[in-house]
Amino acid sequence: MYVIVVGAGKVGWNLARELLGKGHEVTLIESERRRYLIVEQELEHAVQYGDATELWVLERAGIQRADLVIAVTGDDEDNMLICQVAKEKYLTQRIVARVNNPRNLQHFKLLGIRPAVSATDLILRLIEHEVPQYGLVQLLALEGERLEIIELEVVEGAPAAGRRVDDVELPEGSLIISVLRGGAGFVPKSDTVIQAGDEVLLILDPGLESAITPQFTRNGASAG
Amino acid sequence: MFILVVGAGRVGSSVAKRALQAGHEVSVLDEDPLSHEQLDKDLAESWEDAGGRYTVGTALEVDALIEAGIEQADVFIASTNGDNTNLVIAQIAQRRFNVPRVVVRVLDPARAAWYAEQGLHTICPTQHAIEMVERAALGDAQAA
Repeated sequence: MYVIVVGAGKVGWNLARELLGKGHEVTLIESERRRYLIVEQELEHAVQYGDATELWVLERAGIQRADLVIAVTGDDEDNMLICQVAKEKYLTQRIVARVNNPRNLQHFKLLGIRPAVSATDLILRLIEHEVPQYGLVQLLALEGERLEIIELEVVEGAPAAGRRVDDVELPEGSLIISVLRGGAGFVPKSDTVIQAGDEVLLILDPGLESAITPQFTRNGASAG
Repeated sequence: MFILVVGAGRVGSSVAKRALQAGHEVSVLDEDPLSHEQLDKDLAESWEDAGGRYTVGTALEVDALIEAGIEQADVFIASTNGDNTNLVIAQIAQRRFNVPRVVVRVLDPARAAWYAEQGLHTICPTQHAIEMVERAALGDAQAA
């Protein structure tokens, strides 16, 4: 696979190194001269100097034959532009954009740029996972695949507490895939009894959260 | 008409002032409070006293765009000092807020040309400069 990575910061440099290590052909593009010279000592001809929002720089890097373009500069406008141009002008099959400011995610979506990856969001989700004071944690959301995994804490007195997995009233298109209890996780069987204090992982079709949450929260019965 | 100008540098502030003097409603958004001086310059009274609106904020922040009046705008002018910022906010104005007329300043002729093909009204000062310099320098030689 031929991959163009734009932005030789920590993310871009490590990404390029990983991809090269996996045997892919990689061109890394960096617009800052000093940074370019540092990275060039290691990656040599795999790194090019230039502003990748300039079309000729992308063409010099061979964007016409790129299978994947990854924009991971520290500037959201640049990442949006690079991916938009790659996708719409050069018809690159796959693009990946880095979102620096999560508030800009809406703009990436508006311009049709996906996947757009926000490190801040990913770290926030990990923190929420480690500090389970939030009711519902979204662990994974693949919009293209219409797949989502969430984590919920089972509250004392919730409809699901004390019930067999079989008997928990879940909407069509959702499934309990794991139960975390006493620090360990296991895949439940249909006769596993859900207990208050458990954390459950569910896989679901996007949009079903509001139908699922009431089963695991205290006032679920009245809300559901 | 209600005109929203994002980026009050030389171009943005001049267009804003002319539009205001021509009797239009004009709102200016810029991230640098100093840009207000560009607007006051050469005016007999302050920009606000002359009837202009002014908001300090980042062009990519939807809240700032809304505060500056993008939802009511008939015309949107993207004239910050960044080509990529201008191209992104112009598309936000066009696609998300359905502003009827969107004008974008793009210094790079290649990007200006391609985005023009995609339906954006781009203005490329560099392209104009190239043509003017060419005419001034080679005008007669070309004819000969």
